[in-house]
Amino acid sequence: MSNLSINRIIDTAFKYAGIFCTFLGLALLALFIGDILIDGFHRIDWDFLTNLPSRRAEKAGILTAWTGTAWILGLTSIIAIPLGVAAGIYLQEYGKKNRLASFVEVNIANLAGVPSILYGLLGLEIFGRVLHLGGSLLAGAFTLSLLILPIIIVATREALKAVPNSLREASYGMGATKWQTIWLQILPAASGGVLTGIILALSRAVGETAPLIVIGALAYVPFVATSPMDEFTVMPMQIFNWVSRPQHEFLVNGAAAIIILLVITFAMNGIAIYLRNKWQKKVNW
Amino acid sequence: MKIIEAHHVDIFYGTNHVLKDINMDMKENTVTAFIGPSGCGKSTFLRTFNRMNDYIDGFRKEGEILIDGKEIYKKNVRVEELRQEVGMVFQKPNPFPKSIFENVAYGLKIRGEKSKKAIEERVEKSLKQAALWNEVKDILHKPALSLSGGQQQRLCIARTLAVKPSIILMDEPASALDPISTAKIEELIAELKESYTIVIVTHNMHQAARVSDKTAFFYLGELIEYEKTKDLFTNPKNKQTENYITGRFG
Repeated sequence: MSNLSINRIIDTAFKYAGIFCTFLGLALLALFIGDILIDGFHRIDWDFLTNLPSRRAEKAGILTAWTGTAWILGLTSIIAIPLGVAAGIYLQEYGKKNRLASFVEVNIANLAGVPSILYGLLGLEIFGRVLHLGGSLLAGAFTLSLLILPIIIVATREALKAVPNSLREASYGMGATKWQTIWLQILPAASGGVLTGIILALSRAVGETAPLIVIGALAYVPFVATSPMDEFTVMPMQIFNWVSRPQHEFLVNGAAAIIILLVITFAMNGIAIYLRNKWQKKVNW
Repeated sequence: MKIIEAHHVDIFYGTNHVLKDINMDMKENTVTAFIGPSGCGKSTFLRTFNRMNDYIDGFRKEGEILIDGKEIYKKNVRVEELRQEVGMVFQKPNPFPKSIFENVAYGLKIRGEKSKKAIEERVEKSLKQAALWNEVKDILHKPALSLSGGQQQRLCIARTLAVKPSIILMDEPASALDPISTAKIEELIAELKESYTIVIVTHNMHQAARVSDKTAFFYLGELIEYEKTKDLFTNPKNKQTENYITGRFG
């Protein structure tokens, strides 16, 4: 056989191997989602969303879990978005490009890769014990804010970096101050990228469980949180609690709650992708 | 009257000596062209007049640069006010990704102009001055980036005119444009000369010859020759100038 035909065979083989690998991943995901849907879809109804947790599986609902997740999402947004975006703006637009800056840059990227349970330990010590927030919503939101800050900072910097320098020059050339240039020109031009980063970071926060377990969020909370100082649970913890029980009825509840959680995170990712595409179309300098 | 004066100006980027002992002055309501091969320092020199080099790491200036008799690199000079007085048009048209109207209104708004009527009047007047009004008067709220390159560049000129500068710096304003758009920009320069002082960097020697009153030839960071345009192109005193304008190098 000639070299050419051997190369052809290798080429074709690699193509099919690639197709196999791609579909293997997708098939497993589809299998998982299908299984969850079969187990849990029939369990989702209005009562499931509005019932408090219960010892009896058929009466139990996820009201405390999803309201807890909503609280966490809201509080984390309020804490992490201004901090992360402001830090990103400072590092990209104001910070001098010296050794210290590159040191900070590398370490922010490192922080984004730290296992989430370590943030939980940090949160337990600082927010739970030193600041006496205990296992409250506020302690949880601060902890998750720490976790997603690096993601928001990096996304903000990348979005600002993508704004062409000619826009800065145009604004400075008109006699605008640095702040006017950032606020009126650069940030609006970068807003799509910044928003995408924020939403992806928040959808990560919605799915996190480990750090919340560490700071002492409870799996069983019999009431809906009404203030940031209340104890709480969140969707992933409720799921964890249900699927770790032996009775089949609770597994069904777990599957139903997984569907709801998936809907929430898919929706958030969908919004992020939509914003990114819209932004990329607009940015054609 | 002299409006821009440079006395013994040296510019450094770090250890790189980009401009060497430049002395020249420019009179009010004239067009001065800077010519010379790439890297000769002409753009750098232009950008010292509105301090756009301030953002470059390692930039350092020695000597005096006076505008209206005042040193512009003194500590008490507000760079934002200087740039209102000394406007700039860049090589690549760089309108803001906003509407045509917002582009021209930007300079007024960042100075705190609140009166809608005053802004509208100023926008119209500036667009007329930049010979763009008739083309855009019905689409003022369309995105500026939907205009053609030549229109975008005239919009950038209108935007600069809106804040009533006395000097306009142009850094190769027509190098990214087609010949017809270029001709329009050149016509515009001739009209604007009545009320403004213009300094233009250009790679196109015909353009320098057409639009300018005086021409400065830069080479390797030095000002080689600075004469009336007519004299410099017909009867250059310096051998290097002659070689450059006759196309023997550069």
